[in-house]
Amino acid sequence: MQATDPNVTWIEEPKLGLAGKMYLPLIFDGLTTTTKHLFGPKMTVSFPEERPKIGNPLIYRGVHRLNRDEQGRVKCVACFLCATACPAHCIDIVGIESPWPDREKYPESFQIDELRCIFCGMCEEACPVDAIELTSLFDLTGRSREEMIFDKEKLLSVYDLTKDAEPMKSVTMGEKP
Amino acid sequence: MADYFLQHLPHWPVFAWFPDWVNVALAYVLTAAIHAALLNVVVAAGALVFIWLERKVSGRIQDRLGPTRVGGKFGWLQTLADGIKLIAKEDLMPAGADGMLFRMAPYISFGASYVAYIALPFADGWVAAPLNTGVFFILAVMGLEVFGVILGGYSSASKWSLFGAMREAAQVVSYEVPLGMCVVVPVLLCGTMDLVEIGNMQAGWFTNWLVFHDPFTFVTSIVYFTCALASVNRAPFDLAEAESELVAGFHTEYSGLRWSLFFMAEYGSMFTVSGLAAILFFGGWHGPIPITSLLGLAGNDNAFLAYVANLIGMANFIGKAVFGVTFMMWVRWTFPRLRIDQVMTTCLKYCVPIAAAMFLGVLWWTYNDLPGGAWLAAPYAERLRIESPAAAEPKTEVPAKVAVSERGV
Repeated sequence: MQATDPNVTWIEEPKLGLAGKMYLPLIFDGLTTTTKHLFGPKMTVSFPEERPKIGNPLIYRGVHRLNRDEQGRVKCVACFLCATACPAHCIDIVGIESPWPDREKYPESFQIDELRCIFCGMCEEACPVDAIELTSLFDLTGRSREEMIFDKEKLLSVYDLTKDAEPMKSVTMGEKP
Repeated sequence: MADYFLQHLPHWPVFAWFPDWVNVALAYVLTAAIHAALLNVVVAAGALVFIWLERKVSGRIQDRLGPTRVGGKFGWLQTLADGIKLIAKEDLMPAGADGMLFRMAPYISFGASYVAYIALPFADGWVAAPLNTGVFFILAVMGLEVFGVILGGYSSASKWSLFGAMREAAQVVSYEVPLGMCVVVPVLLCGTMDLVEIGNMQAGWFTNWLVFHDPFTFVTSIVYFTCALASVNRAPFDLAEAESELVAGFHTEYSGLRWSLFFMAEYGSMFTVSGLAAILFFGGWHGPIPITSLLGLAGNDNAFLAYVANLIGMANFIGKAVFGVTFMMWVRWTFPRLRIDQVMTTCLKYCVPIAAAMFLGVLWWTYNDLPGGAWLAAPYAERLRIESPAAAEPKTEVPAKVAVSERGV
């Protein structure tokens, strides 16, 4: 861009009056602004007593859960799509032959290393049967690394914990709702 | 209090056996110890409260809550918890540091800030050492604080510290000039450097406060506050520390309790300059409405009632000083930090000439006998007339115009 470009409009800085040169109006403005904030509403959430409001739980990416079907069985069919999609390689599945007639395989063990997980939501996207979902639980803590590797039982218990507050995003197996 | 001990100590059981000179010495030592302990409590509790207040004010200005947990609802014990943390921390000293100076510096800084309280009256006559040059003493002693800063910076064996110390020294020493010139204005009007008398002269309604004496004193009070901000290194003049840009200035190498002493010195000085402003310009321990006089408490012969009047006065004084400190915090969280050349420009090109002009303006105002309200309390003027040899003489000639005793009667 040239200085002579006809599209460029050059404007003169407005001249400051005496009050402006002494910065007095600006000082007064600044003090007024901070006073308003001093007595205005506060953003702070006193965390353990007060829970922050999650904007939309459907798109929030918190702790994982493994959904159950109507008979209380794990919905997962051990297709490994989530483990393949996972950029952090934190999903570890051992699939064996299913005892039930409606699917070929089911996971004997299903582990998610929550410490490696980057909560990108790709597993949820990849899952063909909507078995793995991210909940809006965000305060994930533990006392050891081992404790933070969630196995199948733990992931199912997360489902039991959150199924009332956050119903399954798709109720029918493998079909669009 | 010294008088009380001098009078009563020789009659107390054990002390009666001592020779007189021991009792006299003991009386003064006891008085000094009690005053020192009281002032220590004031400084320590003041720092405790002000640091908490700073956190709350800064938090609320930034739409946060500030500390809310330690010590109950408002987190008022947060500072104490921090103090315990600082005591428990390791006191590190750089390998190349000059050990003695490094250890001495925080105490010099804190000592200077603390000693200034000796001459600061909290109410009529409630002052540890009633000095007839109180204003001068406070300014001089507060100027000593910069020694601790320079020593700290120099002995740290660190370039950051040295540069920080030089920056602060340059700033503080420069701002002593306009600060002193602003302080001279009320001294000129009152004709005394005794802070107790300056305070008492502003008795009565708030129109008697020196800030409302004439337009020049009003401007002077604003200039004084600006210079006070700079001389105690508060934002927007906190170049000395400037945590976010210039590391931490002179106390870069300090940690733990020694660092917290520098911090306490800063908060102590903030209270002192605010208290000085309250006495010099804002009526000291006299409230805007003279409740104590209207109720007949002040100057009452009944010692208890006079004591109550003084208590109310002290509440007034502390309230004003705390408001000053709060205003400093308010300013800190409102304005961006100045560059060092802007800091020096503000001092040398603006504050000094304005203060000088205000000084001349007040001279002109008083010389021409322009109305300044009933600012000079009558009892003091009468007392001056009796004490002043010129006024005590029979009035054979026209009284000199500059005589303070002629005013406000």
